[in-house]
Amino acid sequence: METASPEIFSSIPLTHYILLSTTLFVIGLIGVMVRKNIIIVFMCIEIMLNAANLMLTATSVYYNNPGGQIMVFFTMTVAAAEVAVGLAIIVMAFKNLNTTNIDLFNKLKG
Amino acid sequence: MNPEILIHLIIWPTFIGFIINGLFGSMLSKTASGIIACAGPLIGFLATLYLYLTNPLLEAINYSYYNWFSIGLANPVNFSIYIDHLTILMLFIVTGVGTLIHVYSIGYMHEDKGFSRFFAYLNLFLFSMLLLITGSNLILLFAGWEGVGLCSFLLIGFWFKNPEYNKAARKAFVMNRIGDLGFILGIFLLAIKFNSVDIVKIQGSFANLSMNDPSIILITILLFIGVCGKSAQIPLFTWLPDAMAGPTPVSALIHAATMVTAGIYLVARMNILFSLAPFTLNVILFVGVATAIIAATIALKQNDIKKVLAYSTVSQLGYMASALGVAAYSTAIFHVMTHAFFKALLFLSAGSVIHGLHGEQDIKNMGGLKKKMFWTHLVFLIGTLAITGCPPFAGFFSKDEILSSVYSWNFWAFVGLSFASICTAWYMFRLYFSTFHGEFRGDKHVWNHVHESSWIMLFPLVVLAILSILGGFAGMPEILSERHFLHDFLKYNVVDHTHHVNHFFEYCLWSVTVLALAIIVWLTYNRYAKSSKEKFELEPTGFSKLFANKYYLDEIFANIFTNPLKRLGSWFKNTFDSKVIDILVQLPGNTLDKASIELKPIQSGNISWYIISILVGLIFFAILFLVKL
Repeated sequence: METASPEIFSSIPLTHYILLSTTLFVIGLIGVMVRKNIIIVFMCIEIMLNAANLMLTATSVYYNNPGGQIMVFFTMTVAAAEVAVGLAIIVMAFKNLNTTNIDLFNKLKG
Repeated sequence: MNPEILIHLIIWPTFIGFIINGLFGSMLSKTASGIIACAGPLIGFLATLYLYLTNPLLEAINYSYYNWFSIGLANPVNFSIYIDHLTILMLFIVTGVGTLIHVYSIGYMHEDKGFSRFFAYLNLFLFSMLLLITGSNLILLFAGWEGVGLCSFLLIGFWFKNPEYNKAARKAFVMNRIGDLGFILGIFLLAIKFNSVDIVKIQGSFANLSMNDPSIILITILLFIGVCGKSAQIPLFTWLPDAMAGPTPVSALIHAATMVTAGIYLVARMNILFSLAPFTLNVILFVGVATAIIAATIALKQNDIKKVLAYSTVSQLGYMASALGVAAYSTAIFHVMTHAFFKALLFLSAGSVIHGLHGEQDIKNMGGLKKKMFWTHLVFLIGTLAITGCPPFAGFFSKDEILSSVYSWNFWAFVGLSFASICTAWYMFRLYFSTFHGEFRGDKHVWNHVHESSWIMLFPLVVLAILSILGGFAGMPEILSERHFLHDFLKYNVVDHTHHVNHFFEYCLWSVTVLALAIIVWLTYNRYAKSSKEKFELEPTGFSKLFANKYYLDEIFANIFTNPLKRLGSWFKNTFDSKVIDILVQLPGNTLDKASIELKPIQSGNISWYIISILVGLIFFAILFLVKL
């Protein structure tokens, strides 16, 4: 299944893609962990998603396997739907609680 | 009538009586209940009589009801009835004496609330006893054996509102279980060794066995342990005197005439097996003689009229065991028969005395009853003469036969039994004189109400008295008669190994017996006939104290067996349970409880913390996964 990698990887090796997407993912993760603003957290989640997308695309091209790129389309579609739902939840939560601080979103806690 | 119908008629009427009285007793009148109960043994008796008269029994009858179960033996275990001469004789004793005692019970129990319950138990007892006698295999015999044990338990504790009586019932039950354990182990070993539990088949396979085969000795010893329990031999006899807590007809029927002789019957039934183990026979002889002496000496100092008779029963059972011990099986059965007559007579007339005195059992409150209870007095005297072996009453012939058989085997056993015989005469005449002669020692008020019992109670007494006079002639010694009826009757089923004693010895024995009796009657008359109440209340000293306290056997058993067990039990209850069991059981619960208190703060509601946990977990599993690869 493995064939010669495409031309593009001679100028920018695969390592760089991996490093970039990992960095983006970690940035997103740390953002989710440490930030308190729910919108920032939401953005960080999107960053993580896109880091994963980038990784999928890069490896898909590297291995000459279109499966990864197809998966990315799905991810983007799902992400768009998720953004619509997520933002709606955030808006409603803001209307109810009058805050975007994620630590105060614990009204369901038993 | 063919034998099968007769077998049904012997076995089942008592069971039907039990069902009717047990289930519908409360709806029946006392008369109906009594008649139904008496009909059972009476039909059995008549059927036995008919069977005996019409069937020469040259071959034993073996009738199988159905295939009970198979346990990997050569033949399946059948619910089947086996009747031969020995069985017929026992059937006569059980159904005959049983009928008389049932009739007596109608009068004796008339005032009792549990009238129909009493007869239900009594009928169930007779049914079990008949199964025991007629069972063709040891398993069925054992079923009957346990059935009579159960009825004994139920009837000892018949007046269950008295805790003492319940205690006595439990004691009888537990003591019998010890014996039964030995018995059932013996059956198992027999089943293994002979590949059958059928009595006839087992008896048939003895031919190729050598004397004193170790396995035979073990089996016979185990069976004898069962006999010890049921027939009240040392060391398992202490339940029988306590069993007198039950109503007097029960003492007469179960604890004197029939059930306690089941052990003797078992040994006689398996006589060929026991004859193969002289070692066991010696053990039986020793135990029998010791039982006879110990029980007779205890009886010397008892003041309860029923207790005296109870110890006398134990002592007489010792005689029977001694006869078995010298392989004179038919002699033992002879004594079973005469003993059933005179001991039932003695118990029933003692019951008549107790009935007439409204429940008084202590002889220190009796005396002079001859004036008011002439018939009871007369039959009691006949019973006393019979048990003490006064010629020509029933006990004389059977006792004389036992003594001479033992004499030809072992001189010292003979001396022991003679001593027990003297004690028997002493305590029986002591009982007779202090009950019926002299002045009444009890309350004046009671004396005015003393009455002779009704005819329904006196009739069985008179019949038993006649049997006690004539019963001995079934087995006259060879110096009087050429033909020993009972030995001839039993010779097909029971193989005796007795030596003949010389006639001179017989005559000596007789004259000494009569002389000793005369002396004892004279002594006891002087001593007890005019005895005052104070004399009975004197603190016994020395040997008398030992006898009065039953050799402290109950105390010794309590200290050796019961108390250590109780202490062990209370240690387990107080220490082991709380310190070990409780802690072990509560350990998982307590651990979880503590762990949940410790782990609760993790669920903080802080999302960052959750995410870090997820991440750490993810990394952990990723590492695990990678390392494994």
